[in-house]
Amino acid sequence: MAEFLTTGPGIALIIVAQCLAVVGFVMVSLLFLVYGDRKIWAAVQMRRGPNVVGAWGLLQTVADALKYVVKEIVIPAGADKTVFMLAPMLAFVLALISWAVIPFNDTWVLADLNVAILYVFAIGSLEVYGVIMGGWASNSKYPFLGSLRSAAQMISYEVSIGLIIIGIIISTGSLNFGDIVRAQDGSYGFFSWYWLPHLPMVFLFFISALAETNRPPFDLPEAESELVAGYQVEYSSTPFLLFMAGEYIAIFLMCALITLLFFGGWLSPIPGLPDGALWMVAKMAFFFFLFAMVKAIVPRYRYDQLMRLGWKVFLPLSLAWVVIVAFFAQFGAFGGTYARWAVGG
Amino acid sequence: MGFADFAFYLFAITVVTAGLFVVVSRNPVHSVLWLILAFLSSAGLFVLLGAEFVAMLMIIVYVGAVAVLFLFVVMMLDVDFAELRGELAKFVPLAGLIGVILLMELALVFGVWTGAENATELRDAVAPALEDTQNTAALGQLIYTKYIYLFQAAGLILLVAMIGAIVLTLRHREDIKRQDILSQIYRDPAEQMELKNVKPGQGL
Repeated sequence: MAEFLTTGPGIALIIVAQCLAVVGFVMVSLLFLVYGDRKIWAAVQMRRGPNVVGAWGLLQTVADALKYVVKEIVIPAGADKTVFMLAPMLAFVLALISWAVIPFNDTWVLADLNVAILYVFAIGSLEVYGVIMGGWASNSKYPFLGSLRSAAQMISYEVSIGLIIIGIIISTGSLNFGDIVRAQDGSYGFFSWYWLPHLPMVFLFFISALAETNRPPFDLPEAESELVAGYQVEYSSTPFLLFMAGEYIAIFLMCALITLLFFGGWLSPIPGLPDGALWMVAKMAFFFFLFAMVKAIVPRYRYDQLMRLGWKVFLPLSLAWVVIVAFFAQFGAFGGTYARWAVGG
Repeated sequence: MGFADFAFYLFAITVVTAGLFVVVSRNPVHSVLWLILAFLSSAGLFVLLGAEFVAMLMIIVYVGAVAVLFLFVVMMLDVDFAELRGELAKFVPLAGLIGVILLMELALVFGVWTGAENATELRDAVAPALEDTQNTAALGQLIYTKYIYLFQAAGLILLVAMIGAIVLTLRHREDIKRQDILSQIYRDPAEQMELKNVKPGQGL
């Protein structure tokens, strides 16, 4: 058996098994994220939320997913059938493949790319196509308006996310997630992570992540009070489920990104406690909690406010921060906090 | 045939096929989608070459930004393509001529043109050794040291083009109402509202 695993088919088998493990983790956490999202939302509004299917309603998402799968797929007349069906698959698959480079622990990563962070960014910039294609192929007015909004919104906030990431890259000297996390390892635990030196950018990144994933208060592409459900109006059954799942996976990925870039990934916050994948998952869950809380307590933005925030506030701020970090890193300010190049090389 | 060969042929065939469909597909939106597939596959080719940084930039810049703009414009255009297709016959000779010229140029490049003898040496002399640098770092070292002036000049040209486009299209109209975001934010209920006690039967 051990010999077989070193041959070509054996290695292929291991890779497939690892992929299935990551996809399994993401899909199972997806079930409970949707449930958690609804529960938190309900708690803020003093409702009970899902509480019927399974103990405490834990299986509600499973029931919902099953319901979607067994419903009829309705394709509107005049829709571009191929693109219409392609769009939700694209949205789902693209959301999933970013996880290939996300490390859950030291060396626990499917593909340890040199350019991992660029890969995530590139896949993130592709995600807009699911929305645009879905909205266009529906051949209907609300979906089209929703997809146009979404395209402009996602591109706008990608710019500031990219600039914030550049700040981190300058500090680390590497595009690899493992290096970025190892550069945050220090004797002060929680306080040696990047959130402290890059403090203003943590907030900007969080807000940009909300906008990038079309999450409230920036859910204008699917604003139900204006566009019914935006690009998802004409979708039913499994295609709708794929869009929805893709959206939640993208949100969870953003939680993973915040954890890796600013909050030390799998590192333990208290010096002395062992590092591990549990810390990573706990941090991701915490940031998802913040996402859910924002959805529950913040009213929706107007579209012009959204654009103004993206281009006139976030872009100049993050650009200025890149310049500042570059100076700090070059001249070793604050005892080299901004230039941890020893790890990245 | 190893896996790398298989991947190369897969990507290469996809690029060519997608490129073909960009030209022949009837719907312009489909054309753009095929173009995106072509970009993605060529990014795959870059990965096979070991140029992962260029591959990612290819996706981020071309697929993530340029093609989105194409798609944006093409989706919103309301052009009667049946009519355009009818006029196509007029331009076939011109298009054929341009095609032949391009083909001849390509033939010149691949058939006749020879590089200088020391060209490879000159290239190798400036490039950092790829054994001990990642190609992102190697590119950075080249662009920001040896080719810094060219790089900055390219950036400057792009900046000028951008400012030019803004200047050409920006119209400032005086006769419309504008939003003043700051004054909206700093509006205070106490100053903006006046509560009146209206007595029954009297009015204001």
